[in-house]
Parts: sequence; structure tokens; C-alpha cells
Amino acid sequence: MKIEEFRDFTIADYHHLFKEKKISPLELVNLFLERIKREEDRIHAFLFVNEEEAKSEAQKKAENPPDEFPPLWGIPIAIKDNICTRGIPTTCGSKILENFTPPYDATVIERLKKAGAIILGKTNMDEFAMGSSTENSAFGPTYNPFDRRRVPGGSSGGSAASVCSLEAPLALGSDTGGSVRQPAAFCGVVGLRPTYGRISRYGVVSFASSLDQIGPIARNVEDIITLLEVVSGKDNRDSTCAPYPPFGKSEIPAPEEIRKIKVGVPREYFPSGLEKAIGEKIQEALEKLRGEGIEIVEVSLPHTDYALESYYIVAPAEASSNLARYDGVMYGLRVEGDNLQDMYFKTRTLGFGKEVKRRIILGTYCLSSGYYDEYYLKGMKVRTLIKQDFEEVLKNCDLLITPTTPSFPFFLGKEVKDPYEMYLNDVFTIPSAMAGLPSVSLNCGYKEGLPVGLQIIGGPFEEGKLLGLALFLEKLLALPSPFPGFKEDNNE
Amino acid sequence: MSDFTTTIGLEVHCQLLTQAKMFCHCSTDYIGKEPNTLVCPVCLGLPGSLPVLNQKVVELALRAALALHSQILPQCVFHRKNYFYPDLPKGYQISQYDLPIGVGGFLEFYSQGVKKRVRIRRVHIEEDAGKLIHEGVSLPPGTSGVDCNRCGIPLAEMVTEPDLSSPEEARDCLMMLRNIVCYLGVSDGNMEEGSLRCDANISLSSSSLLGVKVEVKNMNSFRAVYRALSYEVERQKKLLEEGKPIFQETRHWDEAKEITVSARGKEEAEDYRYFPDPDLLPFSIKEEMIEEIKSELLELPLEREERFMTEYELSQGEAEILVQDKEIADFFEDTLRDFDEPRMVCNWITTEVFKNLRELGATISQAKITPAHLAELLKMVAKKEISGTIAKSVLEEMFATGARAREVIARRGISFITDEKELENIARDVIERNPQSVADYLSGKEKALQFLIGQVMKETRGQADPELTRNVLIKVLSSEE
Repeated sequence: MKIEEFRDFTIADYHHLFKEKKISPLELVNLFLERIKREEDRIHAFLFVNEEEAKSEAQKKAENPPDEFPPLWGIPIAIKDNICTRGIPTTCGSKILENFTPPYDATVIERLKKAGAIILGKTNMDEFAMGSSTENSAFGPTYNPFDRRRVPGGSSGGSAASVCSLEAPLALGSDTGGSVRQPAAFCGVVGLRPTYGRISRYGVVSFASSLDQIGPIARNVEDIITLLEVVSGKDNRDSTCAPYPPFGKSEIPAPEEIRKIKVGVPREYFPSGLEKAIGEKIQEALEKLRGEGIEIVEVSLPHTDYALESYYIVAPAEASSNLARYDGVMYGLRVEGDNLQDMYFKTRTLGFGKEVKRRIILGTYCLSSGYYDEYYLKGMKVRTLIKQDFEEVLKNCDLLITPTTPSFPFFLGKEVKDPYEMYLNDVFTIPSAMAGLPSVSLNCGYKEGLPVGLQIIGGPFEEGKLLGLALFLEKLLALPSPFPGFKEDNNE
Repeated sequence: MSDFTTTIGLEVHCQLLTQAKMFCHCSTDYIGKEPNTLVCPVCLGLPGSLPVLNQKVVELALRAALALHSQILPQCVFHRKNYFYPDLPKGYQISQYDLPIGVGGFLEFYSQGVKKRVRIRRVHIEEDAGKLIHEGVSLPPGTSGVDCNRCGIPLAEMVTEPDLSSPEEARDCLMMLRNIVCYLGVSDGNMEEGSLRCDANISLSSSSLLGVKVEVKNMNSFRAVYRALSYEVERQKKLLEEGKPIFQETRHWDEAKEITVSARGKEEAEDYRYFPDPDLLPFSIKEEMIEEIKSELLELPLEREERFMTEYELSQGEAEILVQDKEIADFFEDTLRDFDEPRMVCNWITTEVFKNLRELGATISQAKITPAHLAELLKMVAKKEISGTIAKSVLEEMFATGARAREVIARRGISFITDEKELENIARDVIERNPQSVADYLSGKEKALQFLIGQVMKETRGQADPELTRNVLIKVLSSEE
């Protein structure tokens, strides 16, 4: 079999092939490993390819196929490099953790393994998930598979690019302010940020604890659902993980129920600065939904404008504390110094990149005595207002639809120079993250060869409705799945 | 020369008696363990690990807070205290800040026979840090290591208001505080092993305004607290009398030199950048839990001390000595159940029992003697079946072997002389040698008979049956008439 045949595959399709004995898990893993070898010099989605372990795991599975397949049996998956994998390096895209190999698996990794998944490798990311382009990786950028001159988005750029170029059928990313949805949008794939607390954070290297959520990335909504079923659910190792059972397919309403829902379109998400073609594609999708009988209404989230600013107080504040542990004492990089202070100073100076340092300084400042009330506390209060905006609007609508990003994937190097401009990329993904709400981004069309991401936002723990509409819309739009990457494949 | 008022406040940390650490399942039994053997990703603060609160910690801290009459806040929050130090793996300590588990309250205790009250400012919970090791076989010379076994051990911090006015009071207050946490099973209160640590703030003033506050650390015993604060009183008094300034600073007690030393260099005000720990949700303490713990609160040391004074007619000093150790106080009361002579039991416990424990280096619960056995022995003494002297040596053997008094007596061949003839001979001897007592007795002085009985006992090295001796003596004496 050839990898191009998997372009529109779901997990169920792979399982069908396994059942029919048309392909074995080992052959499947080998196909993806070959694809990685062929594409990586162009894309650089991976920081570590788990070749040996993936092969031996696949071999074991091939030798012992169970009668009933666990949900991800034999399916390869790429993992963002800030999720701890036992015995496999976990660098967070940072020099300071370049030589760090965790002695334990994150809860999500345990659950993936139990469900039969095969860890294909660890994907590139902005250092400690801080960035929107994957250019902040200490190990070089990832390139957008649609156009190598452009960024894949970030911080889960490696995960999104790997799924886009079919180097992996599935991936996990993490989303603090948009790090799953924005790269999914830039790479034309589906990326879900679940409700805060839906998936355990145990083993996910913390950036901003009150915002970090693991998110699945896949080529279709169905696979997102399967992945969510596997990794979600309560975990007694994470106090912030909700005490609910795992997400279940049964929570997804039937299409006739979906037709009855009411969708709000917040006017604040269509500012004058929005790329015209993006606005048009979103409107086209809304028209199609309207055509199916779905009610579309304009709504307002008045505090949207303050979301970005308050996010850049709360997230760096938490980060400044979360990143204090990288001090050269116990693990990771240590640069010797004349004394303890000097060792700390040299280690952190050389170990962290610019963006990380910028945010540590910002966060330290916001928490300093005398500034705490003015910044951190105020930031938290604004956060509450943003949450209340959503609560108010979601009393009258079931779901919200917005663009995922205000612009198309930008050119490499362009926005590294101006951090504020890079921060603006997350302007549509930050508010729902601040409110802890589930949001999914899916492709709603192409413009000059670049995908356009559409975001659906739902109420807390309403992934059922959210993914129900995403499935409905995906079917309605019937877009070709992305398959850029082959040198001979010019894809528009 | 002016009079100075001394003002002291205490900050006491005690290790909570939980099996597992505060936020993970690692054991808290770290004394004498190989470095870094009681650790996991959570207490090592490895990337990605998250804390989950051990509920037992809340329960124990709540017990202490309620015993100190603190107000329990409906919602408590853990804050991060951020600072860099090699023994702090996460770069922050999980502690409490403006919403601790207990606020306000008071503690009563006796100091030099007078009942005192100190107000409590707050009770909060926090995790302990690790320990730096500067020498050891596995360490290359000139390097230091970190032992993380202690990381994440739960601590309760209890802070008093500056209501104490002398080093004696500070020491007595601390003793009562220790007593309370031990009584409630909140902590083992061992100062030498560091499960109870005390810092003090002390200032002197000749006016109604408070003087400059000096913080004293590194006091590892009650004696050290007393000595260090006494030293500070003298030091500050001298400076004030000479018109010299007192600096607000931290000073360390140097146990060997018996002085406090300025901890210079650590004086720059640290900004800990406290903020609520986003990894831990605020926790609320339900009213039912408070009621349940209140109902389970045992009689506190001071209440017991006062009960001992009224119920058993002991002096404050006697009651205090017994109550200072809950096990001793329990032992005392258990002994009374079989032998209801409080004063005698108190005397025996505070002298002979303490002496034996000291010699064995044991606590009463480790000792082989039981309250019932002590009661049995004391009963024999009271009935004059054996003399006090013999009882003391019997007690020693009871401590050593765990045998009962009657077993020891039988084994040693200490048998009662019950042969009337033999006793009669001894009695005649004694009467012959003590004509004055005989005359006293015959003139109606009952006390003289006691003396003569004692003489017979002495003669027989305590082995005479006291009842029989008495009868025999009366019989022989009446024939003298």
C-alpha cells in the first residue's frame, strides 16, 4: 500500500485494513517512518523520531492481534515535545531540557498506550509553548507544509505540520492561548482545545497551569472524537482535572438535532484588520449552515479587546513561577559558575531563548510586590469578565463561530522581530482559553493554496455539541483533506 | 537607668504526623534514610508533575487550629512562595498566604505558676524543603549535594501575636504548644530531630511604643529558646542603655558559644511574589468536618492540668509535670484505676518511674511496665507488705524484665516471714533494744508502734509480713505491761 491512499482515512479505516489483513501495524508504522524520512528535511516537524520503539511495539502488535481492537490499536501518533514520555527525550523545544528524558509517562501517554497507540515521535514546538510560529524552538523552525516560506503556526507547529503532511495520522498538542487551534488552522487540519479540566495535565510540562490543556490534532473530526475519548476523563494525579468520566461518542447529538441549534457570531471577531478572504470563507460556511436550517445570530462579547492584554499578564506570571525549576541543579542544562548565583545566572541565560526570557521577566514583574494588585489581580478580574461575556452569550446560543486566526500563515522571520504582532495572532483563540471553554478549529476552505481555519466555541464540557457541529460542517463543506508535502504534488 | 519591657512573638513550625508527604505518596519516614530514596516525580518537582493534596494534612492542621481556638476560614488557598535555593526543587514552596487554614485564636499556659494567655495570629500549612549535604562519601570534595527526602513533608506553621513578655514565658508557651500538638497526634514535637522548630521575634522598649524587632533563629531545644532570648534581652538592653541603635535583622543562636550572631548578607528584603497556586484548587472546609474534629478533640493539656489540680488535689507543679507528656498523664490515670492514691502515685511516677526511664533512655510507652503492675506494687507498699526500699529495687527489675512485682519477689526469695515464732523472737530483740519506744507506746503513743514495726522490717530486710508483725508486736508488748 502507499501512503497517499490514507489521505482521507479515519482510524476506523486503518482498523478495517488490519482486520482484512491488507496491512499489518508494522507495515503501517514503516510507511509513516518512510514518509517522515522523505519529508523531514522540508518540514522539520519532529525533534525525535521514535523509530526503534515504534517498530518493536508495532511488531508486538502484529504478532498478537486481539479479537477486539482497542480504540487506537496499531495507530501511530506524534506527540508534542512538552508531554512527558518515559525513556524518550522531552525537551519542550528548549536548550535547557535538551538532555532531559523523563522517568515517567504523562497520564495521556499512559492512556494512549493502553488504547494501543504507537508513539511515532516527539514534535517541534515554540520553546515551552511560548509562541505562535514554532520559530522559537531552540532546534530550528518547522515549515508550513503548504508553503515552506511560511510558518506552520505554533506553538504546536510540529504536531499540526506532521498531521498535515501525513507524517503522522494523529497528534497531540497543547493549547494555552491557541497553540493547538492556530497551527491546526495554518495547516488545514482539525485541532481541538477541550474544556479546561477535560484532560489530565499530569506529565505536561507546565507553561501557564490555569490555561494549559492538551488538545488532539487530526485530519478529520471523527479521529478527534476517538482521540478525545481515549485521553479524557478524571485523573487523581491532577487536582485541576474534572472528576468526570471520559468523553463518549454518545454525547454527540444526531444531525437532525444539530439542525436545531442556534449559532452566535460575535461581531468583535470580525474587526477591520481581519484578512478579507478569511472573513469571506467564514461567511460562506455560515451561509451553508443557514441553508441547512441552522439559526445564525450576531452576538457581542464586549470584553474581547481586553483578553489579549490580560492573557499576557496571567500566562507569563504563572510561567515565571513554573519555569523557576530549570535552575541547573537537578536535571537539564547546567553551566558551571563561580558560585551558586553565577551558576543560576549562566544556566538560565544560556538555556532559555529570547521569548521565554521576555515572558519570565514580564511575569516576574506582574507578581512583584507593589505591582501584584495592579497587574496580576487586575488581569484575573478581567479574566472573570471575559468568562461572564461567554456565559451571557451562551445563554441564548448553543455555540459560537469565529475565524480561528485574523491572518494567513505568515512568512518565517517576519514576526519574530515584533513580539506584539505575533501575540495578535492569538487574538481569536485567547478569549475562550481564558474562559476555559472548549473550542475546535477546522478547515473551511482554501485561498491561494492556504487553508482558512474556522473556530467553534462551546459551553463548558459541551464538547458533544461542539464536535457534533464540527462533524456536520465538515460533511457539508466536503473539502479535500490536506496532502501537501510530496515534492511532485503541487496541490494548487 | 530605665525599665524595659520585653515583647516576644513566636513562629513555630511542626511536622505533621502523616504517613505520606503533602502532595504525593512518598513516605515521610526520612530520619536515617539514604539521601533521595523517598522521592518521586512530584516531590522532586520534575517537569510535568503536579501536586495533589493529602487530605490528612488538612485534618491534622485543622485539629491544631481548633485546639488554638482559631477561626476556620470557609475557603483556604495555597500560594506559591517563589525563591531560588538548591533545596527547593520547584523554585517555589507551596504555602499559604492571605487565606490560611486558621486565623486568630489564643493559647493558655502556666508560667512560673501564673496562668498566661497568648493570642494566635494564624495557623497555616506548607511543604518542607530538602536538605543540603556538604560532606559525604559519595560527594567529591568541595561539592554539596541535595537530599530531597524531606521535600514535600507537611508542616503546620503557628504564629503568635507578640504577647510574651519574657524568655521564660516564651519557653513555657512553646512547651505548651508542643504539648498540644503531641496530645492531638498532630506532630511528634521532637525539637532535636527538627519536627518542631521555633523562631522568635523579640524587641525591647522603654516606652509604650514597640522597639525594633529582631528575629532569632536556629533554636533547637526549649533550653536554647530560653537561653537565646535571655541573651537577646541582655544584648538589646545594653545597646539601649548605651544609646546605641538596634538593627532590625535576623540573628542565629550559636549553641556552642551561647550567643546570637547576626545573619548578615541575607538582609535584603526578598520579594516572594506570592500568588495562588494554579495547580491546586482552593479547598473548602465543611462545617461538618469542623464539628467532627471538635468532637474528637481530646482534653487539652491545660484542661487536664487543671483537672488534676482539682480532682486529685495535686499542686500546679505536680500536675504540670505529669501532663507535660500525654503518655505519662495517661499512665498516671490508668494506675489510679487500680490504686486510687493520687499523691502517692504521682510521687512514685515523678521520682522512681522517671529515674528508671531516664536510665533506660526510654519513654513510658516503650517501657515494659504497665499501669496495672505499678498499681499492684504500690498496693503492696501501702499495705506494708514490702518496704519502700524493696519496692524501689523491685521496680527496677520490673522495668528491666517486664515481670510483675510478685514474680520478682518470689524469684529473689523475698518471702514474707509468716512464722509467728520467728517473728516473735525478732520482736523481742527489737523491744529489748528500744526501751524508750516501748515506754512511749505503753503511755498511749500509737506512733511508737509504727517505729517498732519499721525496726522489725529493717531487721528482716523488709521481708516480714507487716500485718503479722503488727499483731506479734502488740502481743509481746502487752505481755511487757
